[in-house]
Amino acid sequence: MAYVPLADQEQELSHPHSWVTKYVWSQDHKVIAIQYGGTAIAVGLVALVLSLLMRMQLGFPESFDLIDPSSYYQSVTMHGMIMVVYLLTALFLGGFGNYLIPLMCGARDMVFPFLNMLSYWVYLLSVLILMASFFVGDGPTGAGWTLYPPQASMAGTPGSDTGLVLMVASLAVFIVAFTMGGLNYVTTVLQARCRGLTMMRLPLTVWGIFVATILGLFAFPALLVAAVMMLFDTLLGTSFFMPAIIESGSPLDYNGGSPILFQHLFWFFGHPEVYIVALPAFGLVSDVLSTHARKNIFGYRMMVWAIIAIGGLSFIVWAHHMYVSGMNPYFGFFFATTTLIIAVPTALKVYNWVLTLWEGDIRLNAPMYFAIGFIFTFIHGGLTGLFLGNVVIDLPLSDTYFVVAHFHMVMGVSPVLVLFAALYHWYPKVTGRMFHEGMAKLHFWCTFLGTYAIYLPMHYLGFLGVPRRYYALGTTDFIPESANDLNTTITIAALFVGASQLLFFINIFWSLRNGKKADPNPWGSASLEWQTPDTPPVHGNWGDELPTVYRWPYDYSVPGAHQDFIPQNTPESEEPTADEVHFDPDQDASKANT
Amino acid sequence: MALAVVIFLLVIGSIIFHFASPWWFTDIAAEWGSIDFTINVTFWVTGFVFISVNLFLAYCVYKFRQKEGHKAVYEPENHKLEVWLSAITALGVVAMLAPGLFVWAQIVTVPEDATEYEVMGQQWQWAYRYPGADGQLGYADTQLVTESNPFGINVEDPRGQDDIVVAGPEMHLPIGQPVKALLRSNDTLHNYTVPQFRVKMDLVPGMISYLWFEPNKIGTYDIMCEELCGIGHFAMRGSVVIDTQADFDDWIAQQATFAETQSMAAPNIAAGRAQFTLCASCHGAQGEGNQALNGPKLAGQSAWYIERQLKYFKEGVRGGEGDTNGQAMVPMARTLADDNAIRNMAAYIASLPSTPAANTVSGDIENGGLIFDRNCAACHLDNGKGTWYTDAPALAGMSDWYFVTQISNFRAGIRGLHENDAYGEQMVGMSTAMSGIEEIEDVAAYINTLR
Repeated sequence: MAYVPLADQEQELSHPHSWVTKYVWSQDHKVIAIQYGGTAIAVGLVALVLSLLMRMQLGFPESFDLIDPSSYYQSVTMHGMIMVVYLLTALFLGGFGNYLIPLMCGARDMVFPFLNMLSYWVYLLSVLILMASFFVGDGPTGAGWTLYPPQASMAGTPGSDTGLVLMVASLAVFIVAFTMGGLNYVTTVLQARCRGLTMMRLPLTVWGIFVATILGLFAFPALLVAAVMMLFDTLLGTSFFMPAIIESGSPLDYNGGSPILFQHLFWFFGHPEVYIVALPAFGLVSDVLSTHARKNIFGYRMMVWAIIAIGGLSFIVWAHHMYVSGMNPYFGFFFATTTLIIAVPTALKVYNWVLTLWEGDIRLNAPMYFAIGFIFTFIHGGLTGLFLGNVVIDLPLSDTYFVVAHFHMVMGVSPVLVLFAALYHWYPKVTGRMFHEGMAKLHFWCTFLGTYAIYLPMHYLGFLGVPRRYYALGTTDFIPESANDLNTTITIAALFVGASQLLFFINIFWSLRNGKKADPNPWGSASLEWQTPDTPPVHGNWGDELPTVYRWPYDYSVPGAHQDFIPQNTPESEEPTADEVHFDPDQDASKANT
Repeated sequence: MALAVVIFLLVIGSIIFHFASPWWFTDIAAEWGSIDFTINVTFWVTGFVFISVNLFLAYCVYKFRQKEGHKAVYEPENHKLEVWLSAITALGVVAMLAPGLFVWAQIVTVPEDATEYEVMGQQWQWAYRYPGADGQLGYADTQLVTESNPFGINVEDPRGQDDIVVAGPEMHLPIGQPVKALLRSNDTLHNYTVPQFRVKMDLVPGMISYLWFEPNKIGTYDIMCEELCGIGHFAMRGSVVIDTQADFDDWIAQQATFAETQSMAAPNIAAGRAQFTLCASCHGAQGEGNQALNGPKLAGQSAWYIERQLKYFKEGVRGGEGDTNGQAMVPMARTLADDNAIRNMAAYIASLPSTPAANTVSGDIENGGLIFDRNCAACHLDNGKGTWYTDAPALAGMSDWYFVTQISNFRAGIRGLHENDAYGEQMVGMSTAMSGIEEIEDVAAYINTLR
């Protein structure tokens, strides 16, 4: 089926007339991306500080007086929710998705630029609603980021009134923002690719973001429904999730609801959410690895199918978060099996990343440090997932620090390392300046080694049986004194990692003015975003004429080529494509070219 | 180069950390060695992958780092290799999943001869119920819960009359007998975890969940709540004692049946009054308190709380080292001959007329109110009146100076850390909500405004 790109029809762009329309009410996907990214990182800093408060309480319970049990649980909750939804989801999709999709697809902009702009402002609104909960009477909700009823709305939980309502409302608003952005990303990938850019010639970044967005469009509605039902329970007195219960000694006027129903809805969203974060990270890191190894990504087609398979499977594993929830235990057989099956495509991705390095010519630039660091942390976090996914082993480890360590390795540290890899990698294109290489590498060492010092020992607290979400341990018969020393060590490492993030901020702000002027394509990358006529790209991206693509985005070190990479838009007349050694994952398109 | 070396060292370091680590599973005390076996299988499989893939990664980074005149090889795919890798990975997954599912089949199959008992969780305390001679538990419902019937057992149900109710945080089980724990909650999610038994399960209000295990080691083990259940979550602690069958039988024979708790004669207030003369010398004729003699106000306090504290003093749970005033109470409490005398005394005190005690402590009321609302009100209620449901005594209208000394004692570990003071230990954790004497006084000053 011949693909006729929408991009061939000239898109009507809203051309800004003033500073305000250019940088504030902007419809340019690149400005929106920076707005998304900046907001996400700012709110992420709040979550970082909250985590350090928790760590201070756990590491120095005797001498740290800044937080009480109430604020501890509020910190736990807000840290988790902000990091997962408002930072990671927003930064990967709203930030990188926005910036890279049109550029990598050879489009002038998203297909619905106005909707794209709205998406950001609605996202900002959701962030403001969430932040407002810090300033209301009882403060934000302390129900845990999972917001499990009935406890979330009961008197024994901090912020069970206004705090909870603001949290749930903020999530609902966020989902509206995500849907506006998400429809845009999917439509743009499907409809606005430039001539010659078939699906099987897309960079893995676009594949990762594309599939993640589809997951989000299916998964977030489950959360929205749960949020609305919870609001009804709290504000209107319905009993969706509320059975007959007692609050502080007095019976509440609920009957017949099911707390487990909420958990199913939450995790039907919550598990795909893991991959909404992970798949874009998989994509971005693939491109960084390939570019800096001067070698094509190994097994491109397998990588694409793995992304799709993981995305599909992620919808039938959700109840592995609920093995000990009191649901019918027979579900365990099914969900343990699906969960462990997901390990196969995931492991293949890891092998292919490492095999991409094999016989490469690895340039150890700062983004590459982060990308290789990611492979290490992701292997670690992925393997511990095999413990928790296997229902039997989940029994002793569920709700302990092993779980905390596992998900921080796999969806905290690993995606964050990719984010830094990507931020450094695309920084020259976004700003037109190079960052400070030495400072970026120092940032890497502090973050990589520091986080491992936090999370490796934390697994062992979990083996020991130390429960998560404990403000204080108290006395037990099975936790030795030395566990407290371990906690103190972890806290010191966490403070170190937290402080070292300053290096990143100093670097990106300092380099804006003082960085070396960047070449249009400093890493010698083959994909389209580096081939723009201007750096940074201007509104409309491509000057007068849209690019045409003749090859896949991983033509590195092709035998017989003039240099060690061939940009995607280099015609076959200039560089070999029909050569027998040359590879094109989309063979039909390749034949059509010749 | 450095990166390759560091990855290599991290792999070696992780192995060393693992073998040198003193932190590992606590000794198992139930017949779930098969769970530990599955963990070990998974550990070795994943450990092998961790070491081999990372060492290969380190090797690649070292070997193929950029060098003059070196060029990357162009190798887009290697179908055979990818198939092999998929097959080996699938094999590894099967090696872990198969024993896992096999053991899970045992976990979902409760043995026919397992005895049933009930674990009930509520904010933030455990309680237990055993079937009596008929081997059956009576029907119970959260909507029937009252102070005198904390399990909500239907009084009409004949099966429930002989149920043995243990309204305290310690339970006993006999060794070598499979048990099925029926889990029930009165308010929110909780989770019944004994790390030594390896299994755990949530308690879900509105339904009954379960788990089973066979204890195989005599001893006393902590019961932890491992599902966030509100502000007192971290302090919701119980214990399970594994006894020989004979010891277990002795213990259970001493516990009251439901029928007994319902038919207990009303306490004799007059008898309590007769013995109160001794108390009045320090606590005042009407229990109004006397700070000069370190006697706090008693009038206005709930009977269940007075009863528990008198027992604590009598048994030496309170009034230990460091608690000078408490020590004075020990011989006084011992003048009460038996549980009945204590009940009578508590009932008399609860019947005394109460007017709010005089204010003796001043502090920042606003700050105190903030701390109280955020941390104390969950159990002691917004009005400071307390409730039996959360085991929280009345604070409002009581002696403020006594509040200050007691919170200070909790913070200092003088009160609440005795092994039999399960309720007091919660306050050791919660009292850290106040950073020091100033904030304690702030809260006391705020409580003085609650009338």
